[in-house]
Formats: sequence, C-alpha cells, structure tokens
Amino acid sequence: MSILVIAEHDNQSLKNSTFNTVSAALLCGQDIHLLVAGCQCKSVAEEASKVSGVSKVLMADAASLEHALPENMARQILAIAAAYTHILAPATSSGKAVMPRVAACLDVGQISEITRVISEDTFERPIYAGNAIATVQSEDTIKVLTVRTTAFPPAEKSDSAVPVENIAAVADSGKSSYVSSRTDKSSRPELSSAKIVVSGGQGVGSAENFRLIEQLADKLGAAVGASRAAVDAGYVPNDLQVGQTGKIVAPDLYIAVGISGAIQHVAGIKDSRTIVAINQDPDAPIFLAADYGIVGDLNELVPQLIAALD
Amino acid sequence: MKILVPVKRVVDYNVRIRIKPDGSGVETDNVKMSMNPFDEIAIEEAVRQKEAGVATEIIAVSCGVEKSQDILRTAMAIGADRSILVRTEAGLQPLAVARILKKIVEKEQPDLVILGKQAIDDDANQTGQMLAAMLDWPQATSVSELAIENGKALVTREIDDGQETLSLQLPAVVTADLRLNEPRYVTLPNMMKARKKPVETTSPEELGVSVDSRLKTLKVTEPAARSEVQMVPDIATLVSRLKNEAKVI
Repeated sequence: MSILVIAEHDNQSLKNSTFNTVSAALLCGQDIHLLVAGCQCKSVAEEASKVSGVSKVLMADAASLEHALPENMARQILAIAAAYTHILAPATSSGKAVMPRVAACLDVGQISEITRVISEDTFERPIYAGNAIATVQSEDTIKVLTVRTTAFPPAEKSDSAVPVENIAAVADSGKSSYVSSRTDKSSRPELSSAKIVVSGGQGVGSAENFRLIEQLADKLGAAVGASRAAVDAGYVPNDLQVGQTGKIVAPDLYIAVGISGAIQHVAGIKDSRTIVAINQDPDAPIFLAADYGIVGDLNELVPQLIAALD
Repeated sequence: MKILVPVKRVVDYNVRIRIKPDGSGVETDNVKMSMNPFDEIAIEEAVRQKEAGVATEIIAVSCGVEKSQDILRTAMAIGADRSILVRTEAGLQPLAVARILKKIVEKEQPDLVILGKQAIDDDANQTGQMLAAMLDWPQATSVSELAIENGKALVTREIDDGQETLSLQLPAVVTADLRLNEPRYVTLPNMMKARKKPVETTSPEELGVSVDSRLKTLKVTEPAARSEVQMVPDIATLVSRLKNEAKVI
C-alpha cells in the first residue's frame, strides 16, 4: 500500500509546505505518491516529479480544480483514496479546509497538525495552544493527517524525475465558486519558512512606527510578523499574524518587539530556535518564552540594533 | 431563514492549563469554563443576520455534559432564540460531533450553519468541514465577512497569503474567524430573558448516532521546557550573544 501527499501549489510551482509534508510522509512509510490537482498545472507536476522520496506523481488538470475549492478537491482525493494507507496535506489554509471533508467521507477521524511521527499509526500533536502535547493513535484503515510544516525539514530536490500519471479530474460540484482574492505580495521571505522573523506588537504604537520593524527585518533578511493586537490595531494586514489563530513559525531567530506574549502568540513561536524579546515592561510574559531579553523603549533599542548590525 | 450555531464549552482562554499527573489529559475539574471564543463570534454573526432581517430564527446547539447548558444560556443571552443540548458524558471527537450535528440539521432544516473555525482546547479545526461533507453542502472556513443574498452566501475567507472571496449555494456551512465581528457583551437583563428561552435535551442514543472513535489519545504531556531567559543590559551585549552564543546572525 502507498501513501498519498496532496501537493500545495499556485498552478505555477510547488509551495514550500509540500516539501515538508513529503518528509513527514516518508516517516509513515515508503512509496509516496504526490497528487497535483489544479488547472494548467503541468509545470507543477514536473517539479513534483523531482521531489526526492516521491515514487509517482498523479496529475488532475481541469478548470474546476483551479482554485482548490474544497468541494472539488475533496472529491478528487476521494476518487483515489481507497488505494492508500495514509493521506497527508500541509496544515495550511487549503489543507485544513479540505482534509476534514475527505476524512468525514471516509468515515475516519482526522489528526490535525502533527508535529511528530512516532510510528505509522501514532503521532504527536499540540493541543491547548501548544501548552500540551497529545500522543494519538489511529486505528482507522486510512490515516488522514495534516502536517505542521515547521516541525519537519523540507524534502530534497533530485535530478531524476519519476513518472507523471494523468488521472481523470472530477466534475465541478456546482455548489461553490471562486469570486476573487487579494494577496499581500511582499519582497521579503515567506513568514512560515523564513530563517529569521521580526515581529511587532501593540507596543510598536502605529502603522508608521511599524516601518522600524520592517527596517530591522530588511537588515537581517528576515520576514515580518505581528501579534494579533498589532493586526487588530490596523498596523499590518492579518496574513502577518503569528500565533494560535495565525501562522505557526519556527525560525532560527525570532525577535519579538513590543509584544506582551499572550499564550495565543507564544503558541505560534515556541518552536523557534532562539527567541529575543524587546519590551519596556520587565514583567511582560514574553520574557518567560524568550532566550534573550532586553528591557527598554523600542524606539531607542531597535535603531540601536539596526546600527549594530552594520 | 433559519441559522444553526453549534457551540462548545471549553476551558476559558485565560486559564493557564494543568496537565493531569497521570498524563491522561488536561485538568478540567474546578477550572473556569466558557464558550469557545470562535463560537461566540459565530453566534454574534447569526444575531447580526437576524437584526439585518436576513435570518428569522437562530438555534444554538451544544454536545457534551449537562453543564454545557450554561453556554447555551449565554448563546441565548447574545440572541439565539432557542437551543438544543445533546447530552453525553462521552469524550467527543470532531467526527462524532459532526455526526450528531448532521442529525440535528436533518431535523431542523437550517439554511446556514455557522461554527467557530476551531475549538481552543483540541485545536482541531475539523467539525465544520466534516459536517459540510456529510451533508454534501458547500463550505467556507475562516470567514471574516459574510453576506447573504439571492440564495447565496458571499464569503471572504482569511487564507495564508491574504483573503479570498467565494460564493456558496445555500444551504451551506461557514466557520467564523476572529475578524468576522466583535461579539457583544452579555447584559444582565438579557441573561434573565435567556433563562425563559427553551432548551430541548436529547442524546446521541436518541438521535441514533454512534460516538465511537478509532482515534485514541495515549497520553498528554508538557511541551519541552525552554531554558530560562538571559536578560541583557544593552544592544551590544545582545548582538554579541546572538553572534557568538546562539550563532543565529
């Protein structure tokens, strides 16, 4: 029996999350198949055929799959699901939307955001905003899993390509349709895979002041993040939010500036290798989560830090 | 139209949780419990749809122990018209809850089900999607804007790199994100009024639903502890530590 990984892509190229998910799949067993479902996604399938550890790529190419609508994506996965022992997708916004639909139709449980594969049927996952780790065993015949990508290294790229097999695309459900989207394009590295992340909170004070956070990030070649308070205050768009309800990051270095450190925020950063907190309140809970802390006014400390990095 | 809103009783989001010494789970005895914050947003949205003249009736439903009645009262104080308690002592997983909700939907025939996007205890983010799948209804998860018109729901979803707008054919299932709205405070007079609103009680057995699961939690443990924070006096020391000790810049 084989393992199916759902590739995440934008119809042009694979998203990084796919590579991490393949690594998690390889810990569950061998013979990994990658499903590339999309529209005019041949280039994605070619890229997928060169992911190390993958033995076959299945491509479903149709207009109905262009925007990865969960109604259609779930049907596409279900059309081939019976041949697999495990079905994995990254725990991204589309993976989270589709996989429970797949599990329910198979009448199996779904295990969300696994952070460790203990054996082919036993997994670890965080609960209560990362304040507890549950070890979960599945006796379901098909294990449906989403993968916390920051917990697994990306699979390598290889020079040789495995076969790409075209499979029939399912018909459009007719129940939902795509209208539009707005993406916040940035020249900085992608938040969830950046090596360094600099985040600002409510303490930053204003959208203009957030420029300071961006300058520090640019100095370090880092991605910019934010706490929920900074997003709600309108300093930055919501896709920069880090935490239980935003993005989960695990960079080598996370710098929290003017962030108090609510448990929901810490849930999104606690697996970072090194955490630095800059805050004027010495009692801020962020210092309990940090490796290095400095107390003071961010308007003085951040420019000093930028200058010190020259 | 009728809106159904499932709500869950969870450990209050401000509580610092404790893991049971035997590793069987998280301590919930004598701990403050509240409505899951995302479910409050779901109820608030339903009430706003009623205030806008779109919805005619709002039904809150909760699956769990007798005490879950408390959060159904809160839902009715926010504005739900009546509620259903599906009483069980069993530990329910999202698949079982979705099976129960499917039965309730078949009985009540709502045009829209609004759930929270995830519960802050199991952090699963599954129930809404599973319910939609079982009903073969369209879904939109992590919704931050909702407009009902001409038998359709126009929804804006929060996605990884921005926002996406979809059109769903009703009936549909949507799950609420934090930014959908700001739930109103429950006032004392509304809490008093909520006491008079009806709560119907049923059980998974009466609904003919199995709550069995083939997923077992073997143990619950503390996450690995971080070493204690080192406070540094100035930026020069910080940069030197990051370079020489942590070796991250």
